[in-house]
Amino acid sequence: MEEQSEEADSLAIWAGCRVGAGSGPVGNEENMLREITLGQYYQTDSVIHRMDPRVKLVTTVCYIISLFIVDNIAGYVIAGVFLALVIRLSRVPVKYMIRGMKSIVFLLIIAAGFNLFLTPGETIATFWKLKITREGIRLALFMAIRLVFLLMGSSVMTLTTTPNNLTDGMEKLLGPLKHLKVPVHEIAMMMSIALRFIPILLEETDKIMKAQIARGADFESGNLIKKAKSLVPLLVPLFISAFRRANDLAMAMEARCYRGGEHRTKMKPLIYKKRDGIAYGVVLIYLVLCVAVGKILL
Amino acid sequence: MSLILDHVSYLYEAGTAMEYTALRDVCLKISKGEFIGLIGHTGSGKSTLVQHLNGLLKPVSGNVYFNGADIHDSDYNKKELRSKVGLVFQYPEHQLFEADVFSDVCFGPKNLGLDKKETELRAYAALKQVGLEDEYFYQSPFDLSGGQKRRVAIAGVLAMQPEVLVLDEPTAGLDPKGRDEILDRIAKLRDETGMTVILVSHSMEDVARYVDRIIVMNKGQIMFDDKPREVFRHYRELEAVGLAAPQITYIMQALKKKGLDVDTDITSVEEAKEAILKALKRNGGAV
Ligand SMILES: Nc1ncnc2c1ncn2[C@@H]1O[C@H](COP(=O)(O)OP(=O)(O)OP(=O)(O)O)[C@@H](O)[C@H]1O
Ligand SMILES: [Mg+2]
Repeated sequence: MEEQSEEADSLAIWAGCRVGAGSGPVGNEENMLREITLGQYYQTDSVIHRMDPRVKLVTTVCYIISLFIVDNIAGYVIAGVFLALVIRLSRVPVKYMIRGMKSIVFLLIIAAGFNLFLTPGETIATFWKLKITREGIRLALFMAIRLVFLLMGSSVMTLTTTPNNLTDGMEKLLGPLKHLKVPVHEIAMMMSIALRFIPILLEETDKIMKAQIARGADFESGNLIKKAKSLVPLLVPLFISAFRRANDLAMAMEARCYRGGEHRTKMKPLIYKKRDGIAYGVVLIYLVLCVAVGKILL
Repeated sequence: MSLILDHVSYLYEAGTAMEYTALRDVCLKISKGEFIGLIGHTGSGKSTLVQHLNGLLKPVSGNVYFNGADIHDSDYNKKELRSKVGLVFQYPEHQLFEADVFSDVCFGPKNLGLDKKETELRAYAALKQVGLEDEYFYQSPFDLSGGQKRRVAIAGVLAMQPEVLVLDEPTAGLDPKGRDEILDRIAKLRDETGMTVILVSHSMEDVARYVDRIIVMNKGQIMFDDKPREVFRHYRELEAVGLAAPQITYIMQALKKKGLDVDTDITSVEEAKEAILKALKRNGGAV
């Protein structure tokens, strides 16, 4: 746990958030934890959590590709089993994953609906003018499965990797682009700062909103213009605080002689361990299986 | 006026793995004119508790009653409640947004639907109450010092003329002088208007001088709820939860241990002086 939250903490210290806010005893465990989790990361200890972020990034990309390669039941079974195994290993409660799915239910229904009714082919049933075809069912089903797997697969990555780790991994993976004069380090730094600030800004919004509601502000009723106007007391303090935070962060980085990626070493450099090699092997086997199943059954 | 919390519990992020019980079965009755200090270590749930008083947070279980009415009834007028229970947040200067101090203070009364004249009268009175000089009224609130901003923000709530004023750590981050000024202002205001005041703090020292009731929070529960002198008697238990009785309590305890028969139930330096003089006199004037 320490290992993963450390970098996030150091960013928070840079930004002067909470730490040293000036009100007596500070630096409260729960606060820290909450901020990280709001960024989706689910804190626990598992093989997947400890895995090198590069492995997870590559695996996720491979998995997404595999979902588009397979187009038969057997392939989806393999993809499903693989996903289930990874989720199991990650020790993230399934309940937690399913909750994330709720947001796409609507999209899922629409997408499946279109496929179900609008695919030409052998008609099975008709409602008014809508025909359900055998091909439609097949397509809708595959489409739904594909979407769900896709989302679950990528959320396993974000649930088990801290934003900082993720950007570290990305920086390393994209490293070769440096030779093409792509500012990889800077992009990664910007990404990790942005990710780090999302929960902070959310919390800030919540606080300012409450403070203005306590002064009788009303963010809900009224027509559009009135609503837009009522946002002023929220947005002005929010922007001011965001600029203040950015300024503090810049100052703190300056004070520590930050000069971009050149000659910068890492406190915890990413080094492949044995389990990462094994993981790559497993992914390779999985990909081969997917392709093979597609070929054999075709 | 009465404000009652009846077996209130509150969870943050209920239903997730991060679920956190911030309040656990809190019962509380606040009556008109009381001056209450709400004290607790960082994270003990003070801010969470005060946000229940004006309906910003809804208890997961339990009820909140204002003047006998449940504030979470569907037909309850929350806006009116918020004008009666004024809540000044921790670091309230972060909520300032208008171009000048005066309009910012007008925001509250304006939201109550008062006419322009009444709004401005109230804003003016509130700014006077917090002791801000006229020369600052038309400056940008962002150009003021920290202590001045804090006062403007407090005035912003005072201008709604609440019956209950809740201040969440009004002195956090101020120097001792700024702290005393603000607390003195609040005490004076309370004497003049008879307003109910709830002062949140994590320092006993701060509130002991002013309040006549202290509520001690620990891990989301009420640990003590009594007169200051009664609460300070438990100074060992207070220490165990990261708080402390005022310095003077320790001095009196030490004196007593050394054999001077003083009354240890005192809360301020003045009282201590009296008590020591009395004890000395009893000892036969051997100074
Ligand atoms: N928005 C939130 N989401 C999740 N947990 C929260 C949230 N706000 C507070 N908490 C948690 O609830 C607990 C109580 O918080 P609260 O702000 O009420 O403490 P407090 O007594 O006011 O502390 P302080 O003296 O630092 O202001 C803390 O442990 C905190 O981490
Ligand atoms: Mg607080």
